[in-house]
Amino acid sequence: MEEPLLSIQNLRVQLQQNHSTAEVIRGVELEVNKGEIVGLVGESGSGKTMTALSVLQLLPPSLQISAGTIKFNGLDLLKLSRKELQGLRGGSVAMIFQDPLRHLNPVFTVGQQLEAVISAHSAEKLTKKQVREKAIELFNQVKINDPERRLRSYPHQFSGGMAQRVMIAMALSGSPKLLLADEPTAALDVTVQAEILRLLKNIARERGMAVLFISHNLGAVWQLCDRVCVMYAGQVVETAATHKLIEQPEHPYTQALLEALPRLELKRKELASIPGTMPGLADMPEGCAFHTRCAYALPECRLAIPELLEMGGGHLARCIRAGNLPQNTESAA
Amino acid sequence: MTITAESVKPGIPEAGKPLIEARDLVKRFRAGGSFGHGHDVIAVKNVSLAVYPGEAFGLVGESGSGKTTLGRLLLRLEEPTSGQILYDDKDITHLRGSELRQLRSAIQIVFQDPYQALNPWMTIRQAISEPLKLFRGLKGAELDRELANLLEMVGLPVSSQKRLPREFSGGQRQRICLARALALKPSLLVLDEPTSALDVSVQAQIINLLRELQRELNLTYVFISHDLAVVGQVCDRVGIMRYGELLEITTRDQFITNPANAYSRTLRDAVPEVGKLLPLMQAQEEA
Repeated sequence: MEEPLLSIQNLRVQLQQNHSTAEVIRGVELEVNKGEIVGLVGESGSGKTMTALSVLQLLPPSLQISAGTIKFNGLDLLKLSRKELQGLRGGSVAMIFQDPLRHLNPVFTVGQQLEAVISAHSAEKLTKKQVREKAIELFNQVKINDPERRLRSYPHQFSGGMAQRVMIAMALSGSPKLLLADEPTAALDVTVQAEILRLLKNIARERGMAVLFISHNLGAVWQLCDRVCVMYAGQVVETAATHKLIEQPEHPYTQALLEALPRLELKRKELASIPGTMPGLADMPEGCAFHTRCAYALPECRLAIPELLEMGGGHLARCIRAGNLPQNTESAA
Repeated sequence: MTITAESVKPGIPEAGKPLIEARDLVKRFRAGGSFGHGHDVIAVKNVSLAVYPGEAFGLVGESGSGKTTLGRLLLRLEEPTSGQILYDDKDITHLRGSELRQLRSAIQIVFQDPYQALNPWMTIRQAISEPLKLFRGLKGAELDRELANLLEMVGLPVSSQKRLPREFSGGQRQRICLARALALKPSLLVLDEPTSALDVSVQAQIINLLRELQRELNLTYVFISHDLAVVGQVCDRVGIMRYGELLEITTRDQFITNPANAYSRTLRDAVPEVGKLLPLMQAQEEA
């Protein structure tokens, strides 16, 4: 089998605070294959953004990678020099964020900003005209109408959805093999969100670009992703092909999450809620991080962190009862 | 099609008298602009609607549709430019002083961000007992009993009274806000995106709590949200807004199966759901 494009193994990230350390990312295992769109889902504080930031080593100063390996396209990213990393960022690995307008400089036109990125990432020196042509081409690709005029506009003249298209165009300028997309549609209205999801999927498929799509919105993940990784309390607790994960979740957290999801359906039923909240750094339970909220917890669950168990076909679940859980757990709530 | 309060009462078994009614409500904001060239923004355009006792009415729309402004108008937190608001058949559009204060106890609001809606220096007891003391004149054992009662109602331990908001999670804080809103025994709650800041699992807890409270206390809700699935979970009827206009009022079932307005359909069809490929994405799969 072909080697994955991105392979994160046993990634651990520590928070240093007043002489004490706490683990924010607790042994993440994650793979993204070439051209694959992978969803990374989880609730706030589960560590999904920090995992993505670790790839480009853009973690805030209080956080440090303490163990693990991150391999991308044969490179060991944690061993790269600062200069090599800088070439990688925005080059073969690009990233887009939730709030596009915050990531654009308000005093330059979007054209100036996009063209700066294009020049920075091109191998040979381009003429002004060539750069402009490339910018127009990118705007066309992200379906911004009237690109010549829009390139002369300032960020405040763009709506959230259009600004996200600009960010995507910038990300594409380095012809990335991997796009890290951190909640790119969370701040958008539903109709705009749907358009951005479609755009991302089209572009990824056309270019054979892999995407790590970070989201708390399972509905959006369903639309876009080939495979999903579910994170909880700094660990990946389940990963599977999207339809498999939704139809046959093996981890109790994934099950509970799906049952807590309000759906636009005629038949209205009581939502199954998960009692309590995700543990913080200070009150991380022993053993399985989810056992305190789990409907199926056994005494053994608090003894050790369960391994990721292979359920067949690349479906992994970090639960000692995986494979033996009752499916469709309406009664268990 | 113009919508009048009388013409739209679908899904109400015995409509009776509305609890709150808006008649031809307009809110115009003077936008600053530079050098005096400001233009007015009409946030709410001739909206008429009636919400009946005991129902949960959803106000949906994308950002800038005017749903929050409409909610604030109903609460009298915002002065309408023109039009009328009736509460229990009484014109409240221009209420002032003690009459307005009385109205405040009948209509309460819960905001989106429970982190901002609570004073960080006030304990939970202080936050919830303030309205009890000021409006209902409770003290001593009576106050204690009512406090315990309210906390129990929203599913918080009575022992949490002495603690400060920062010691609570987002979901718990929203429960505190609910307890505070319920302290004055309101008939109408305006809920402005009450679950948007919460994670899915916690959101489910709050949605279930809202439904339970509504049943038990026979509350009327105006539920403002951009999340159509959440609205579908809570509401009986839905009003769809765009650019300040109320385009359609319909039952939730009708909204899900076959909304009349084209924009309502667009909105419904854009909700990404697990297990259902959006029409937009479908077209692409086939292509």
